[in-house]
Amino acid sequence: MMMNYLIRRVAAIIALAFGISLLVFLIIRLIPGDPVLALLGTNAGNKEMIDRLHHQLGLDVPIYIQYFKWIGHVLGGNFGYSYGYQRPVLSLIEANFPATIELTLAALTLSVIFGTALGVMAALKRGRMADTAGMGFALTLMSIPNFWLGLLLILAFAVTLPWFDVVGGTTLKGLVLPAVTLACGTMGFNARFVRSSILAAQTQKHVITARAKGLGRARVFVRHIFRNALLPILTVVGLQLGQLLSGTVIVETVFSRPGLGRLLVQAILSKDYLTVQAVVLIIAVIYALTNLIVDLLYPVLDPRIARR
Amino acid sequence: MSIPTDIAAAVPSAEGAAAVPVDAREDIGREISRIGRMCRALRHRSLLIGLVICIVLVAMCAAAPLLTSLDPNAQDPMATFQAPGAAHIMGTDAFGRDIFARVLYGGRTTMLASLSVVILGSIVGTAVGLVAGYFGGAVNFVLMRLVDLLLAFPGILLALTITAILGPGLDNGIIAIAIVLVPVYARLVEGATAEVCRRPYVEAAVTLGAGPFFIIRRHILPNVQSSVIVMTTTWLGIAALWITGLGFIGLGVRPPDPEWGAILNDGQMAIMLAWWITVFPGLMLSLFVVGVNLIGDGLRDELDPTLSRST
Repeated sequence: MMMNYLIRRVAAIIALAFGISLLVFLIIRLIPGDPVLALLGTNAGNKEMIDRLHHQLGLDVPIYIQYFKWIGHVLGGNFGYSYGYQRPVLSLIEANFPATIELTLAALTLSVIFGTALGVMAALKRGRMADTAGMGFALTLMSIPNFWLGLLLILAFAVTLPWFDVVGGTTLKGLVLPAVTLACGTMGFNARFVRSSILAAQTQKHVITARAKGLGRARVFVRHIFRNALLPILTVVGLQLGQLLSGTVIVETVFSRPGLGRLLVQAILSKDYLTVQAVVLIIAVIYALTNLIVDLLYPVLDPRIARR
Repeated sequence: MSIPTDIAAAVPSAEGAAAVPVDAREDIGREISRIGRMCRALRHRSLLIGLVICIVLVAMCAAAPLLTSLDPNAQDPMATFQAPGAAHIMGTDAFGRDIFARVLYGGRTTMLASLSVVILGSIVGTAVGLVAGYFGGAVNFVLMRLVDLLLAFPGILLALTITAILGPGLDNGIIAIAIVLVPVYARLVEGATAEVCRRPYVEAAVTLGAGPFFIIRRHILPNVQSSVIVMTTTWLGIAALWITGLGFIGLGVRPPDPEWGAILNDGQMAIMLAWWITVFPGLMLSLFVVGVNLIGDGLRDELDPTLSRST
């Protein structure tokens, strides 16, 4: 049973990875006009360079051959050359990847810990003042645009109180404000989601049985309610990694922090399409892999799933 | 004890039965029942608060020419970076432009763009979902695999990718974000449609010779419309955040036209000098999104109790 589930999920992810690669491959082919001219930017007048790039990108062969050549290069770590930055795209990715992962994981940790705590608190105090206030706060967190929140934090902690490194820093002190900014939206969502999951799990028959047997409130909550509520939360957290990764686009721009998100924005603005392709592919693949990991963790947490 | 309005309309009364045709009475009954539902919905606290917030903001932006006589793009080199005061209640920016006027006129752009996104995305997505769910088989397989593929990308990343292809600009931003919404709606509507198609009254309609268009319009759409409306309010807030996000990073509206995200971008440039350029448009945007989210919460509780937050 478990093996079947594993094979099904891995097969699905391979098909999805193929689809993602196809879509990313098409980015450069869907640009109106000759993509080579767009890629070369100010060098577009150089005939020799145009011909060379046409050949390098394989644009002079049928499209399916172009795809296989491209995927072969990508799997070998060759994402092409950035004419905007005058260096290979891979080296740009290598330079920016760690900062983005650091920021994403910090934000994910914050949003899971504080979001779950807020949701549990609201569920335990259901219908009371603390519940209403907590959920109002969660809704506000979800509604505040993160770029505005980032700017407010800069105003508060750069202009008024110089407590944190604010702009451009990759130190731990410099990580605090960007991570808080990035985490807020998902933190609010998690709080609401955890509350709903716990309230749904509370009404299950086995919980009523456990209470009827005289188990303590804490034990019923931890063993019977929270464990069952954890499964939907896990799915959401898996999806959020991708959201947070792409959310770095805004947050890194606000804090002028190096990373894949800022690299992507600058690449789009400067029409550096090979860099756009590489960043989009990497984030999409990480997103898909995270979902696979979540799917594989499912049967471990809930053995009923592997039997389906 | 009052008789439920729809039942009251269905039972002909002695004096009215002859005067009012049955169809008209059914219509009146349905209308009364709809108004009753609306009144009940308005008693929902978050829905009411959300509606008030949104109506006030929309009214302010719609009435911009009445609230300020200043042109949002008019520059005044003698009045740059003026703090909020009597002449400029929200201050001025680096070009001496009035922030209050820019926030009001910019709000029109942001709200209309967000609305366009959800209208476009919901129409196309619902159509894709209806076709996939109703026809099933190969049509469903092909459409839903495309949907899966688009859903494999985080939303804002997909929007940015499409913007990279189409080029910067508000219109392209609207199209890009609407494309992100299409698979979300399609997935929701496809599931609901497939479920409704299995119900006996749909089978009966097919047996009686009803065509696909009639069945979709008469039997399927009424069953999926609540979920679509709830999702639309949820996504209106997200669309506003994404549209302004694109404006903020320079991929949205072209300067000098005002839009909340673009004004915030101006605010970032001058954050050390003029807090007001950042604070006011952000506050308006946050209020708008809070209002829309509150409406979404309220509608979800009223129209789709299975998704209710207060379960």
